[in-house]
Amino acid sequence: MLEIRDLWADYGDTPVLRGVSLDVAAGEVVGLVGPNGSGKTTLVRTVTRVMPLRSGEVRLLGEDSRTLTRAALARRVAVVPQNPALPEGFTVLEIVLMGRTPYLRLLQSEGPSDLAAARRALTQTGTTALASRFAHQLSGGERQQVVIARVLAQEAPVLLLDEPTSHLDVGHQMAVMGLVRRLCEERGLAVLATIHDLTLAALYCDRLVLLDRGAVAAEGSPDSVLRPELIASAYGAEVTVLRHPASGRPVVVPLGSTPASEPAGGRPPSGDGRRDGGER
Amino acid sequence: MRRAQTFPVPDPHTDALAGEEAFALPGVRPLRVPLLLALVAVLATVLVGASQGSVDIPFTTVVRILASKVLGLGSATWPQTWEEIVWQIRLPRVLLAGLVGATLAFSGAGYQGILRNPLADPYLIGVAAGAGLGATIVLVSPVPYAFGTLSLLPPAAFAGAVLAVSISYGLARSGGVAPNVTLILAGVAVSAAATSAMTFLIMANHQRAVTVLSWLLGGFNTATWQKVGIVLPYSLVGGAAVLASARILNVLQLDEEEAQQLGVPVERVKLLVIVAASLATAAAVSVSGLIGFVGLIVPHTVRLLWGFDYRRLVPMSMAVGAVFLILADLAARSVLSPSEVPVGVVTALCGAPFFLWLLRRHRRAVF
Repeated sequence: MLEIRDLWADYGDTPVLRGVSLDVAAGEVVGLVGPNGSGKTTLVRTVTRVMPLRSGEVRLLGEDSRTLTRAALARRVAVVPQNPALPEGFTVLEIVLMGRTPYLRLLQSEGPSDLAAARRALTQTGTTALASRFAHQLSGGERQQVVIARVLAQEAPVLLLDEPTSHLDVGHQMAVMGLVRRLCEERGLAVLATIHDLTLAALYCDRLVLLDRGAVAAEGSPDSVLRPELIASAYGAEVTVLRHPASGRPVVVPLGSTPASEPAGGRPPSGDGRRDGGER
Repeated sequence: MRRAQTFPVPDPHTDALAGEEAFALPGVRPLRVPLLLALVAVLATVLVGASQGSVDIPFTTVVRILASKVLGLGSATWPQTWEEIVWQIRLPRVLLAGLVGATLAFSGAGYQGILRNPLADPYLIGVAAGAGLGATIVLVSPVPYAFGTLSLLPPAAFAGAVLAVSISYGLARSGGVAPNVTLILAGVAVSAAATSAMTFLIMANHQRAVTVLSWLLGGFNTATWQKVGIVLPYSLVGGAAVLASARILNVLQLDEEEAQQLGVPVERVKLLVIVAASLATAAAVSVSGLIGFVGLIVPHTVRLLWGFDYRRLVPMSMAVGAVFLILADLAARSVLSPSEVPVGVVTALCGAPFFLWLLRRHRRAVF
């Protein structure tokens, strides 16, 4: 469904992606992990042509993304953005109907088939009861559900999620990832999700791809990617990997040199290690 | 413990309860009644505007004069001078005010939509200063600018406005993209340059200062059918372009990147709306001067009354803008009758307090 071949991209003189290749098949959730600035968001932006690629190729359902119009691209790949904007004054239904944009011509208004698609999306995300509420007044968890509903209404077979859980509490994180898994299975979507939380990624993804300084450092099952030595080299963080009591999946635990109980200046160790500026 | 946080499996009963009314399509359909009422309001305001003036003509006579001129109904039982006053002086004035009001309002809505800035108005990226400079050059030059009914003033103001917006947009654009903040900053810089050039010209030709300033403040006291004819094509085409972009403008409110990922060619839409709104505004400014605040306050008033959907916002702004400026012009020519207050003073008097209130309401989200 999504094939990325030797993808290079840069911001001016700073190369951000250096020859990334990866595939996502239908019915599969692939987790894209890596430290801040490793190029995860840039990959999402390059695949959706929001920023140009320097060289390489992105194929969606077998077609080169550069040959597609923006609308045709949007019918193939949909994005749950990192900080979704929900503008003032629009109801949830109106926001979800915006997902139908790639199917509408300039002067065309939404019709019954668009309403049906929006309705399916609301039902699948459990947001039907919110339909007539104003979207900007919703809570963080509800907003994320609404954005996923909008993306579902887009009916694209490839779904990219850019940090879908980073602003959510643990309950909502599990709810969102559970929803993504379920949708992936029910609709046969190809899902690529960038995820900061390595344990969460291991729990919900079929495969993981570890990006380090714009290149794929490791790829494969969560077990094969989440190894302490790989994490140490990519994140510059000392961790140990335990087993999830229920699923047996890897659980990444930071081995902080500064315990949280220590007073003054002790920052709690964080799972994503090295912080080297803004997310790219 | 909080298992309820897993997304609820949809229950067919609550689904049905959410109701059909919640699932009405947004956009055009709920618009018909308010739009019809708005049209009636515009026509009523035109009649009221045409029936008021220094010469006392009964309202029914005004209606009959208009009916006979427009529809060919009835026969003339009124003095010829009344007919001339209504048809040659009042009606073009009222129609021009309505047309300019509608144009400034839909242009303001369009600018607010593409720049996603609640404080944007049609003058933000250079139209006003460019038109002002163009008009000033013509007004202070020793060459006569009017030949009978032909005046160089409108084309000069128009050219200045278009040139200024083109420079702003050209400066802001790089690599096929014109980021909003850069566009606004470029507009501010171009406006500042044009305004200082204008000020210099006025100072150097102070004997013409009053002429220039009275043009800048704007007004419809010299309205003619010819001026209506100058503005009309630009307003129609520009208005149609902004109306056609209304659904896309909704999507743009998400975020430019998200709009692109929904298949919207963002830069093309921005360029289309900028060209449409700027040309229409330039045409309006060229015949009426710089009438402030209409393009700012009308779209916001419409948002408060009828919501944020651009498919409602754009047409309702046109109607409200027309009504507002006809009434403002009526006030401008009645308050100190027989002398006139510049209509820009009236709109600013209504608009400035509103603007301040808006600023307070939006102070956390200006950019």
